[in-house]
Amino acid sequence: MSTLPDPAPEAPSAEAPVAEPGRESLHYAVRNPKLIIGVSLVAILLAVGAIGPVLLGDGNPNEYVGPQAAAPDGTYWMGTTTFGQDVYAQFVHGLRATFLVGVVGGAIAAVIAMLVGFLAGYRGGVTDEILNMLTNVVLVIPALAVLLIINAYMGVRSVAVQGLFIGLTSWPWAARAIRAQTFSLRTREFVDLARLSGSGTWRIVFREIAPNMSSYLFMMFILLFGGSILIASSLDFIGLGPTEGVSLGLMLQSAQQWSALQLGMWWWFVPPGAGITAIVGALYVANVGLDEVFNPKLRES
Amino acid sequence: MRRYFARKLLIYALTFVVAVTVNWMIPRFMPGDPVSAMVARARVSQPEAAEAMRSYYNNLFGFDEPLWQQYLHFWGALVRGDFGISIFVFPTPVGDVLLDALPYTLGLMIPAVLLSWFVGNWIGALSARRKVLDNTVLPAGYLLTAMPYMWIAVILAWALGAKAGWFPISGGYSLDIQPGWSAAFVLDALHHWVLPFLSLFLVALGGWAIGMRNMIIYELESDYASYLSALGAPQRLIRRYAFRNAVLPQVTGLALQLGVLVAGALVTEIVFAYPGLGSLILAAIQNQDFFLLQGAFLFIVIGVLIANFLIDIVYVVVDPRTRTGMAGGTS
Repeated sequence: MSTLPDPAPEAPSAEAPVAEPGRESLHYAVRNPKLIIGVSLVAILLAVGAIGPVLLGDGNPNEYVGPQAAAPDGTYWMGTTTFGQDVYAQFVHGLRATFLVGVVGGAIAAVIAMLVGFLAGYRGGVTDEILNMLTNVVLVIPALAVLLIINAYMGVRSVAVQGLFIGLTSWPWAARAIRAQTFSLRTREFVDLARLSGSGTWRIVFREIAPNMSSYLFMMFILLFGGSILIASSLDFIGLGPTEGVSLGLMLQSAQQWSALQLGMWWWFVPPGAGITAIVGALYVANVGLDEVFNPKLRES
Repeated sequence: MRRYFARKLLIYALTFVVAVTVNWMIPRFMPGDPVSAMVARARVSQPEAAEAMRSYYNNLFGFDEPLWQQYLHFWGALVRGDFGISIFVFPTPVGDVLLDALPYTLGLMIPAVLLSWFVGNWIGALSARRKVLDNTVLPAGYLLTAMPYMWIAVILAWALGAKAGWFPISGGYSLDIQPGWSAAFVLDALHHWVLPFLSLFLVALGGWAIGMRNMIIYELESDYASYLSALGAPQRLIRRYAFRNAVLPQVTGLALQLGVLVAGALVTEIVFAYPGLGSLILAAIQNQDFFLLQGAFLFIVIGVLIANFLIDIVYVVVDPRTRTGMAGGTS
C-alpha cells in the first residue's frame, strides 16, 4: 500500500529561500517522535542483521544444530525447526537478505524512476508522450505476475538478482510522481536562467531541479525500499525465492511447507513475519515523520 | 470523454500486447536449451505427458520457423483460447483448469477489495483531524499495511483456526461435501471463506484508511474549506465537501493497488490451500507446469485490465471534469 500522496502543486522548498534549510530540517527532525521511532527501529533491526550472524560465528544458518521442534529457551532463543535448525540464526541471516533485497530493488527502481520521470517531465512533448505511455503500460501489468514468470524460467539464485528483477518492475508509480513534480518546477525562473546560460538537460535536471525535490526523492526511495521487501517476501513464499541462503520470506515458506501451523510451532512462523512487518512499518512511520519535517503545513497537528 | 476512453483503451491494448510478448519471449530467449531442460525438470511419469510436453514446446519454439512466424502462431493459439495442456492435471487444457479456479479467487478478492475500500475510506474520513480516533487509527493502519499478506493469514489461521477452532484452516470446502448449489455446500464454502477473506480485508483496510485520512487533512487545509468555515458553514458540510474531493484520488489508488491486491490474494490462497489461482500457481511451480503458469499470468493480466477499465468508468461517473473534457483522470 505504498503510493505517495499526489504531489502538492508547488514544491515547498522552492519558495522564498530559507536561511539554512538543512539546519531547520534537522531542528524539526530531532523533535519528531514518528521519525525517531521509525529510524531507531530500523537501525536496531539493521544492527541485529549486521552483528547477529557475526556473534553466531557466521555458520550456515540452515544447518541442523539442535533438538528437533524445540520451543524457545535459553540456548535457542527462537526455538528450532522440525529439522533442528536454529530459528534465531535463520532470523538474523534473513534480516540481512531482507535489507539487501530492499536496498538493491529500491535503488534500481529509484534510478529508473528518476531517469524516466525527469526526462519525461523536463523535456515534455514527444519524449514525454512515449515515456508516459511506457510508464502506464508497466504500471498496469502486475509486477508479481511478471516476476513469477521470470523467476520460474530463469531460476533466481541470489538475493541480489532477485532485487535486480524487482527493481526492474516496480518503478512506474515513482516515475509518474517525479514527472509531475518536474513538470511544476521546469517553468521556474531559476530553471529558465540555467537554460539561458547554456546548461544541458541533465545538468539542469541534476543541478537545478533534483535538489529542489530532494526530500521528495528520499521519501520515494523509502517507499520503494519497503515495497521491494514485501514483493520479495511474497516471491519467497510462493517458492520462487533465491535458491541459496535464507531470507525472512523463505523462513515463512518452509514453515508453511512443513506444517508449522498445524503442529502449533508458532516460534517458526511468528519471528520472520514480525521482522518484515517491523522493518516495513518502521519505514512507513519514519516516512510520515519526514513528511512532517519537510512540509511545514503538516507540522502543527 | 471520448478522448479519455480512447486513450485508456489504447494503453490497455498496448499493455496486453506487451504482456503477451513478454510471455512469449521469456521462454524463447532463455539461455540454454529450454525444451529438453524443461522436459527433464518436469519429471513427468506418464510418457505420453512427456511427449505432449516436448512436442508442444517444440511447436511453441518452432526452431524450424522464422521468429515472426512463431510469434504469429503464439497469437493465433491465444485467440482460439488455446493455452496448451496442463502437465499438472494432464490432459486437461490449461484454460479449463484456470476457469475452474477463477470463481474462488474472484469470490475472495472482489468482496475483500470492495469492502476494505469502503470501510477503510469511512474510517479514514472519520479519524482525520480528530485527535483520539486518529491516535488509534493511524498506528493500527500502518501496522496492518506493513504486514505481509501471508503472515497475517498464517497468524489468523493459527489463532482463530488451529487454536480457537472456529474456522477451518485449509481448502475451499469440506472434502465430504459434493460441490454444487445445495445449502449445505454454500454454508460450508462460506465457513472456509471467512479467514482468507478476513486476512485480505484487514491488510488492505489499513492502506485505505491512511490514504483517506491524509487526503481529508489535505482538503481541509485548502482554500475552499477555509472560506466555507469563514462563512460559518457547519463543520459537517465542510467535511462532506472534503470527502467528495478526497474520494477521487482513492479511486485512482484502487487501480494502482490492483497488482498488490492480486499478489496478496495469491499468497493468502496458498496459506489456506484455497482452490483458486494462487494454489494453482503454487502447484504449477512445484510441478514445473509452465503452460499453467503462463496461462495464469495471462489470466491475471486480463483480469487486471478489465478491472482497470471498470474503475475508469467509475471515475467518469464520480468526476464530472472528465465528462466535460476539461481535466482530471490520470492518463
